[in-house]
Amino acid sequence: MSESTIDPSPSAPPDIGSAAGASGAGASKAALFRVRWNRSKYLFLLFLPALIYYLMFKYVPMFGILISFKDYNPFQGVWDSPWVGLKHYTLFFESPDSMKLVKNTIVLGAYKILFGFPAPVILALLLNEVRIALVKRVVQTISYLPHFISNVVVVGMMALFLSPTGGIVNQAIGWFGHDSINFMQNENYFRSLYILSEIWQHIGWETIIYLAALSAIDPLLYEAATVDGASRWHQLRHVTLPGIVPAIVTLLILNVGHVLDIGFEKVLLMQNPSIYSTADVLSTYVYRTGIQAMNYSYGTAIDLFASLVNLFFIFTANWISRRVSGTSLW
Amino acid sequence: MKPKFGVFDVLLYLVLAGLAVTALYPFVYMLAVSLSGTVPVLKGQVYLWPKEINLRTYAVVFENAAIGRAYLNTILYTLLGTSISLLITAAGAYALSKQDMLLRRTFMILVIVTLFFSGGMIPTFLVVRSYHLIDTIWAMVLPGAVSTWNLLVMRTFFSALPQEVEESGKIDGLNDIGIFFRLVLPLSKAILATIGLFYGVAIWNNFFSALLYLRDADLFPLQVIVRNMVLQGNASASGAAGIGGDGMIVDESLKYATIIVTTVPILLVYPFLQKYFAKGALIGSVKG
Repeated sequence: MSESTIDPSPSAPPDIGSAAGASGAGASKAALFRVRWNRSKYLFLLFLPALIYYLMFKYVPMFGILISFKDYNPFQGVWDSPWVGLKHYTLFFESPDSMKLVKNTIVLGAYKILFGFPAPVILALLLNEVRIALVKRVVQTISYLPHFISNVVVVGMMALFLSPTGGIVNQAIGWFGHDSINFMQNENYFRSLYILSEIWQHIGWETIIYLAALSAIDPLLYEAATVDGASRWHQLRHVTLPGIVPAIVTLLILNVGHVLDIGFEKVLLMQNPSIYSTADVLSTYVYRTGIQAMNYSYGTAIDLFASLVNLFFIFTANWISRRVSGTSLW
Repeated sequence: MKPKFGVFDVLLYLVLAGLAVTALYPFVYMLAVSLSGTVPVLKGQVYLWPKEINLRTYAVVFENAAIGRAYLNTILYTLLGTSISLLITAAGAYALSKQDMLLRRTFMILVIVTLFFSGGMIPTFLVVRSYHLIDTIWAMVLPGAVSTWNLLVMRTFFSALPQEVEESGKIDGLNDIGIFFRLVLPLSKAILATIGLFYGVAIWNNFFSALLYLRDADLFPLQVIVRNMVLQGNASASGAAGIGGDGMIVDESLKYATIIVTTVPILLVYPFLQKYFAKGALIGSVKG
């Protein structure tokens, strides 16, 4: 069974090896390198498909961001299209839509953090108070379920349940003698519907990390607190919460870093021109003007702007958190 | 110390029960409506349990050629995509889990940077187009083949495997590739199942790639069909106009049935998923 594929006398290492050899390093250094190269060459082969993937589908597109400073012409390609500097950026910021889009995106993202972020924390704390293991497990299992349902289906369900003609929600509203509400076509409901459905979808799933942090809290701490006469509320405040603060902070930073890339798929599925005043966000605008109307350079400029703002947010959040709470991503 | 069952506990269980019902009820309701007869649905009498149970709506769904083709497409994309993604991810993660690999740090940075920064929708679209993947099945499989998050979870898992595995493989004369396929993968069934199911569910649910990269209706996955039917209201275009004899099919029931048919595979794998995924997600929470 041992088909000896190990190569005892390595032939001259290609590429990388020659680079190191040419640098004229000492013999021992070269020997060390050869040992490490031998150690690594099969690992390189294992990593190669992933490397190709990342280069082809992640890094080549990053190079494509250049087109936001050019007037991209498909026939000339990214490199040969003429430079236009910040033209597309100025165009966007001078357009009457830009303020509305930035505002809609930030408001939606902020609401999501404000309401969507605490929800799983609260659920995890509640589950932590459950003393019957079976109940805890059943509730957890059920609450994960919506996380695996596609956005298309979730939005489809919303549209059907909320339909002004025969939707179950409007039926219920009818029992109380009110007129039906056309939720999906009314710009005043978009944000609430988006946030509520986000919570419905992900609350259970997002408790997993907090529950893990909770289970890592030393039970002795609770015993000590009980001996000291701490009530359940005091235990929650002084033992449980401090135990999961690092997890909360870490996830909060990550969330803050994604404020501007609010879930494109779901917003796009939920929106229609009659609710653009609240439901049009940067990513859907990029899709409409960039992909559908083929203003590739213009759309890319807006996308890059959003990415940079996200980066700024995540760095700022990380910096603040490191100073205030000592927890940080890096 | 025996805690007593107080008012707080009653409230707690009520809240949790409410939550469980909120998560489950929509599915129960859709199932009930889609299984009910036309009259009770039109009268709005179905809430929990189907009335005048029949499968006519489902018959219409299954006879629909567009849905059938989309179903096969989705199954194909899911099987193909999951295999490719899992293989690339597992192999890459294993390599990155080896501390002494040359350039390991460089590769890690290369991978992690993509969590925070990307080329964005349009450059990615243009690149995918330049590779001539538009309107091919590869458009549904390759652009999102590796999820960095999944890669990092697997790497953490492989890092925790005992050193002896690798050593025993070396003694048997295996190289790293042999060790990976013959020794490491068989030991990693739990993580492979978890990540495989993550990938599978993601591809099954993928609407974004189809929206961006597919124009050819013959290649559309289920999600696009569901979007067209349910959200753009083209249900009757798909042959719901009614079948003779037993009378009309309610548009609403047909939409619910389509949603159920689309979602059932997920609901079926869910119990298996559930067994592993909490563990899998936990591994990811370990910083490293």
